[in-house]
Amino acid sequence: MIAFCGLELEHPVINGSGTFDAIAARRAFGDVVITAFPFSAYVSKTITREPRDGNPPPRLYETPSGMINSIGLPNKGLTGYLEDDLPALAELPVPLITNVMGSTVQDVAALVEAVDAQPAIAAIELNVSCPNVSTGLDLGADPVELGRLVQEIRPLTAKPLIVKLTPNTADVAAVALAAEAAGADAVSLINTLRAMALHPDGTGEAWLGAGKGGLSGPAIRSVALAQVAAVAARVTIPIIGMGGVQNGGHARALLQAGATLVAVGTESFRDPAVGARIARELHDFPANSAQSAL
Amino acid sequence: MTAPFGRRNAEVVACEQVGGYVVVQAGDPGGPAPAAGQFYMLSTERWGGEADGRPFLPRAFSVARVTNGVLHFLFEAVGPGTHRLARLRPGEQLGLVGPLGVGFSAPAHGRRALLVGGGIGVAPMMIWQDELLAQGVAHKVLLGFRDSAFALAADLLTNPAVATDDGSAGHQGFVTDLLRAELAADPFATICACGPPGMLEAVRQLGVERGTPTQLALESGMACGFGACFGCVVPLKAGGYARVCLDGPVLDAELLLQVPAH
Repeated sequence: MIAFCGLELEHPVINGSGTFDAIAARRAFGDVVITAFPFSAYVSKTITREPRDGNPPPRLYETPSGMINSIGLPNKGLTGYLEDDLPALAELPVPLITNVMGSTVQDVAALVEAVDAQPAIAAIELNVSCPNVSTGLDLGADPVELGRLVQEIRPLTAKPLIVKLTPNTADVAAVALAAEAAGADAVSLINTLRAMALHPDGTGEAWLGAGKGGLSGPAIRSVALAQVAAVAARVTIPIIGMGGVQNGGHARALLQAGATLVAVGTESFRDPAVGARIARELHDFPANSAQSAL
Repeated sequence: MTAPFGRRNAEVVACEQVGGYVVVQAGDPGGPAPAAGQFYMLSTERWGGEADGRPFLPRAFSVARVTNGVLHFLFEAVGPGTHRLARLRPGEQLGLVGPLGVGFSAPAHGRRALLVGGGIGVAPMMIWQDELLAQGVAHKVLLGFRDSAFALAADLLTNPAVATDDGSAGHQGFVTDLLRAELAADPFATICACGPPGMLEAVRQLGVERGTPTQLALESGMACGFGACFGCVVPLKAGGYARVCLDGPVLDAELLLQVPAH
């Protein structure tokens, strides 16, 4: 068992927000998603106060060793989430972490208070880092701004408060430190790296409907390792590390860099059950086993 | 019927060049039988290594046929993902997740089905015709191709009418010419179509103009195929988006404003 912010988790592998829709997965694969749930905690996709349709397509672009997404946080809004989705998510056999995002302190406060009132929700993750939404970017990129936000929010809930950091900032450790000082219980990183792609027709037009997006997958694994290590050197609160994890060795590296938990994101797109394999490999993968550098 | 949870391997047992396409057959003895119009997310053991360091993500393909637990897929090598898949040889492993999504529905009792396939979009018409033949449902297959070389794939279906862009096989013109003629003779038919966006949009307009029930099997770039990534969405007439992977890939034409260009 892994202790994380007062939660007892079966293993250190969870999902990254927005990369595994447990309700949709149950429609596609049936109840085995519940009985063989691949993660030790479930992080919801980002919930906003009002419903969002998301960005105009195209929303995806495949890159060397990864992908760019420009999804735009489509969700049913707070009321839709609490009424439609929460009862189904409460059936999951693992603690539920709800990820929320607001563009103002008032929005975030309303979300946190509403989520705090739900006994089925074990912890709150604050999205201040989605590069698709300009407000999120501004909040999470600046230590002073972020510190102010977390300070306002912190008294509103006794549940563990996780701040998901953006990698698109000059000094991620300074932002993490500000989150810790303002009362965050944990930080998670890295979110996607800001990226864009041009239309393959050669016109120079942006391919993605929203122009820009975020890069994920193995392409960002080394960046994730560096940022997790940098944050671990500055904060004492637990870290959820993520970025390009495809196997137990990658997960082990993030733990060695200072993470307490590891999240799997893009790799679940390639194999919906991969979280369970990574947890198994991590368990079987000795901490000091060498990998050839040749 | 739901899909097994997770990616599994299916051993390639045959691959055959049919005109401009490759038919790859892979044994999936433990997998559930797919319905016509359903799809699989397909990958090979190694990712990367093709043009631009791709492919990384699996590719969504309609199942073309199933015979005794062997799945048939139709590939045309047009990019890094399809190049990799089209080069699979017997004994190699095809990674798959599926069957996924919502397939075709049979026409109302006594009504005829018009199966319209364009290019690689003939694939789901193969399994759909197999089912309709087995159920004794009246239908007609209409296929469109670039030229006679690609039109060799018409042999994969029973008694199709063929159109080619250059007239080198069958009717010279679009498959929608054939569809228009069929609808003139039988206005109560149901359309089931799959093909390139331009063709599907023409079929959608035809169906809407004539009030003909029309099911469109859409294609969309998708990362996951099971509703997680929200990348494959298509705009709905009523506002908002549908996930092609979860709500489709076969959608009622009435739901759509238009078929997206990509």
